[in-house]
Amino acid sequence: MSGPFLNGAGMWAIYRTEMARMRRTIWQSVATPVITTVLYFIVFGGAIGSRIQHVGGVGYGAFIVPGLIMLTLLTQSISNASIGIYFPKFTKTIFEILSAPLSFTEAVFAYVGAAATKSILLALIILATATFFVPVRILHPGWMVAFLLLTAIAFSLFGFIVGIWAENFEQLAIIPALVVTPLTFLGGAFYSIDMLPQPWQTINLLNPVVYLISGFRWSFYGTGDIGVGTSLAFTAAFMAICVALLWWIFRTGYRLKP
Amino acid sequence: MPPILSVRAVAKTYKNGFTALRAVDLAIEKGEIFALLGPNGAGKTTLISIVCGTVTMTSGQVLVDGHDIARDYRAARSRIGLVPQEIALDIFATVWNTVSFSRGLFGKRPNPAYIESLLRDLSLWDKRNSRVIELSGGMKRRVMIAKALSHEPDILFLDEPTAGVDVGLRRDMWTLVRKLRDKGVTVILTTHYIEEAEEMADRVGVIDDGRLLLVEETTHLMRKLGKRRLTLALQHPMEAIPPELAGWSLELEADGQHLVYSFDANAEDTGIPTLLRRLGEKGIDFKDLDTSRSSLEDIFVSLVERAA
Ligand SMILES: Nc1ncnc2c1ncn2[C@@H]1O[C@H](COP(=O)(O)OP(=O)(O)O)[C@@H](O)[C@H]1O
Ligand SMILES: [Mg+2]
Repeated sequence: MSGPFLNGAGMWAIYRTEMARMRRTIWQSVATPVITTVLYFIVFGGAIGSRIQHVGGVGYGAFIVPGLIMLTLLTQSISNASIGIYFPKFTKTIFEILSAPLSFTEAVFAYVGAAATKSILLALIILATATFFVPVRILHPGWMVAFLLLTAIAFSLFGFIVGIWAENFEQLAIIPALVVTPLTFLGGAFYSIDMLPQPWQTINLLNPVVYLISGFRWSFYGTGDIGVGTSLAFTAAFMAICVALLWWIFRTGYRLKP
Repeated sequence: MPPILSVRAVAKTYKNGFTALRAVDLAIEKGEIFALLGPNGAGKTTLISIVCGTVTMTSGQVLVDGHDIARDYRAARSRIGLVPQEIALDIFATVWNTVSFSRGLFGKRPNPAYIESLLRDLSLWDKRNSRVIELSGGMKRRVMIAKALSHEPDILFLDEPTAGVDVGLRRDMWTLVRKLRDKGVTVILTTHYIEEAEEMADRVGVIDDGRLLLVEETTHLMRKLGKRRLTLALQHPMEAIPPELAGWSLELEADGQHLVYSFDANAEDTGIPTLLRRLGEKGIDFKDLDTSRSSLEDIFVSLVERAA
């Protein structure tokens, strides 16, 4: 029994504080992904794209837009959520969260909600930036929003787990550097995966990011490497794994309570 | 009236195999000031961390105002405020924001008037818009107290509240604790200073090596343990205590150079004047004298001996 009420005020307090923490670093948060994206457009869209022309009937510049948005969405979701929970662990202020009349689920909702909000805002900024460089169409806006939300939440959950797991700043940085960036680059952000040589093409089917980018690109241009249903199912499965891991963390108090 | 806090057979073995608490039983009455007294490593922090939900217990049960801290943790925790041993604050937040955050976290509606009075009581009002990073150590500790009280708890835990604290804050803190008690708030503090327990608490629980050795009203405990030692540095060392002095509980220390008299500080007649007179009559001269209170260590030794 988790008690008679839902601690909405407690969730709101965490959400607001997290958003305030992000506002304090607003310029780093916005500038880095925007500059990176502009660079990608110049290098990939301009320099390389002028030789590639079209991928699946879409101009190369426009083709990479969904991939770039996903790249930002993934890295931002993971870093926001992992820092969000790692920081109170590091400053020991987590005692307050642990001693509050707040369920574990409520705490996860608040932290993950704040991280996902911020990464979605950034993704929209990237989308807006992209429209300055290339014509962007969105064929299925509803699906686009669904993929945006689902991905932001799934990877914020993943980031939250990373933040609980990490015992120092190196460990906090290693997952994005060692896992996420390679998976994203191999995941077809800048090319269609059928352009990869075998056996990489087949191996890449184990890469969850392939499904995200493909599904997301489909919502823009109606074409993707993989069927949209499979993409959604894969994203949902990834989310389910994260939720299961969090459930285990909660049951065992893993790295939160001695 | 049922106790506001009831700890039943609570034991804790940490993951490294160290047993910090062995089946502790404790009942705290509503509105009392209770001191948990024990040396470093006794298990004080472990016990209050379990009650507050920041450490899991290995076995046992805790009820806060009748609510089980495991099954009914919302009701239990919303009644508790905790000031931990170490300062832990979001240094970038302002005083006002971090205190308001704590109130929200505990599920309470905003109440600026209450937060204002709290900050005024703790001499933090002028600093309300300062960021925590700009505050001195003492001020940070005040912020910790304000956060713990922000949701108007029924029970306040203060873990080593005066360790490394200046006189001004110490005085303010005790004033605050008395004020809280007058409002019916139960205060549970930990300390390894016997004077502090004596000064503040209605009752004292003595804990050592994970065991609660006894729980007593402070006045009883002090009477029991209020032994003092009078040490006389003798001019001429003694081999044995002369039979004429058998009426006093005397001991020789430092190779017969010190004559030590243990007496009850609370007694009407300490026996000191007659002892000194008798020594004069016997021509036993001393060059110096000193009295000291039995140290916490002495007390533990005597308690453990008594328990055995
Ligand atoms: N997380 C932990 N893991 C292992 N041992 C611990 C942990 N926390 C405390 N201890 C040990 O438990 C004992 C009691 O600690 P504590 O409750 O902090 O004592 P006190 O507050 O009375 O000084 C100490 O010996 C301490 O080293
Ligand atoms: Mg302690």
